[in-house]
Amino acid sequence: MKKIWNEAAECMPRAQLEAMQLEQLKVLVPHLYNTVPQYKAKLDAAKIDPHGIKVLSDLKYLPYTVKQDLRDAFPYKMFAAPMADIIRLHASSGTTGSISVTGYTRYDIDTWSECVARSIVAAGGEKDDIIHVAYGYGIFTGGLGLHYGAEWMGACAIPVGGGNTKRQVQFLRDLVTKGGMGCTPSYALLIAEAARELGEDPTAWPLRYGIYGAEPWSENIRTELERQLGIDAYDIYGLSEIMGPGVGFECEVKNGLHIQEDHFLFEIVDQQTGEPVPDGEYGELVITTPDKQGQPLLRYNTRDVTRVIPEPCSCGRTHRRIERVTGRTDDMIIIRGVNVYPSQIEQILMSYSEQLAPQYQVIVTKHGSMDHMEVQVELNPTFDFDEIRSLEALRAEAREAIRTTLAVNVELNIVEPHSIERTQGKAVRLIDKR
Amino acid sequence: MAQQLSVFLENAPGRLSRLARFLGDKDINMHALFVADTSDYGVARVICDKTDEAVAALREAGFSVTITEVVAVEIPDRPGALADLLDAIAAENIDISYSYCFVEPATKNAVNVFRLKDKTAAERIAAAGFRVLSDADLHA
Ligand SMILES: [Zn+2]
Repeated sequence: MKKIWNEAAECMPRAQLEAMQLEQLKVLVPHLYNTVPQYKAKLDAAKIDPHGIKVLSDLKYLPYTVKQDLRDAFPYKMFAAPMADIIRLHASSGTTGSISVTGYTRYDIDTWSECVARSIVAAGGEKDDIIHVAYGYGIFTGGLGLHYGAEWMGACAIPVGGGNTKRQVQFLRDLVTKGGMGCTPSYALLIAEAARELGEDPTAWPLRYGIYGAEPWSENIRTELERQLGIDAYDIYGLSEIMGPGVGFECEVKNGLHIQEDHFLFEIVDQQTGEPVPDGEYGELVITTPDKQGQPLLRYNTRDVTRVIPEPCSCGRTHRRIERVTGRTDDMIIIRGVNVYPSQIEQILMSYSEQLAPQYQVIVTKHGSMDHMEVQVELNPTFDFDEIRSLEALRAEAREAIRTTLAVNVELNIVEPHSIERTQGKAVRLIDKR
Repeated sequence: MAQQLSVFLENAPGRLSRLARFLGDKDINMHALFVADTSDYGVARVICDKTDEAVAALREAGFSVTITEVVAVEIPDRPGALADLLDAIAAENIDISYSYCFVEPATKNAVNVFRLKDKTAAERIAAAGFRVLSDADLHA
């Protein structure tokens, strides 16, 4: 079985790959200098000659881009292509509640589709497969990202989206006669559980693989997913600021994610000094997008903590791997000795966007000597909440998803719309009363 | 079919009285109020006159409110009448999400309100010989 979609690109000799990256970077930097005032200002401030890139390692002299730059650029100030060439917008609302927008040209959408297609094929996807997409569709990049990738490699995408777990079970059982699925790992676990409650045995389904992303997950969860669904489970990495899912993916070796280096230059940098760390050491993942058109970024600091796996992969791909990302440095809290990122909670809550509003607060207190975590989330005012049973089921489901992902018990309360205090600028997501 | 307001309320002291006071101040008359609650929040289901006006005013004031289509059935004043109605609903294989009872303002007859999943339920209950009330009947 062919498990590499684009051998020429994915197995390109390193020397050739790096030569290509250098050429792209030499074009990108002057282009950004001329089209994006924010980059002109940054490069001028750092006294960088945009035409001065000579070798790939010159990358480390370039200024960083951070989330705040994207917020400052809201909505379109960092676009490097005219709106006539932009064909799609996606947006991300970070933990702080403010939105940043990404624009895609036709070329960008095709690149993205290609990257996701490679990820699907690496997971065992074939042209005659049916792929059940249970990521949220909409401004969130998960649904459309996987969908376009599936179509790009010739498979059949089912745009199921999130929610309606019973229907998910039925579709996975009846429609995926050969193929795989994609969603967040916590949602996949919920589907498996719901299937069992309905008397189904998911391991008997023809489903072969799952591509799970949009939230950090662990080897424990892989074991659970594979056991409960009778599949191979693969991680996919991405962020909407850069593109969406498909920036990196796991191959059949299931040991780290290949970053698609023909489209994404990456560095691992020290969290304090911002200096690149030696290969194999942990730091923050920084990504440059040399051939992106809509909104190319120079050295975007993802704040995701990982390390390079320096050894070549036995699958034959030459693109380097990173270890799976477990969280962001921005916002970690420790509950009963477990590292918890509010972004993990947010991602779970966001998967219920039909029922819940993207307004929440995590309140940590001490009950005696024990840490206690309460999550308050606002009801989505458009949700038909009249049947209290459906709300209670949702609450139980979301609480369980949080418990499974974080390995921490949480009290989840649904509160009235607009009852969580809005602040100007940075929203308060975490109240630590310990 | 009749229209019912569903209002989401956190379980905190004064929430329900705030709702009732608000409607009273707007000169909206509640025929029925039924609260379903958990330990942390509840949903107040209200049948009132001037439903549209009530929704607009409540939304404006920041309440979470939705309109729910319910089936209101007048119950004849004789023993076994409610049992007959429930038998008829069961015979039609219609699932009841919830139900509650109030006294019809015009006739002083008992009215049973049902939330039913089935869109044709009202017709079928009427066809079985029961008087299904419209909004106009309720607000007469
Ligand atoms: Zn590999």
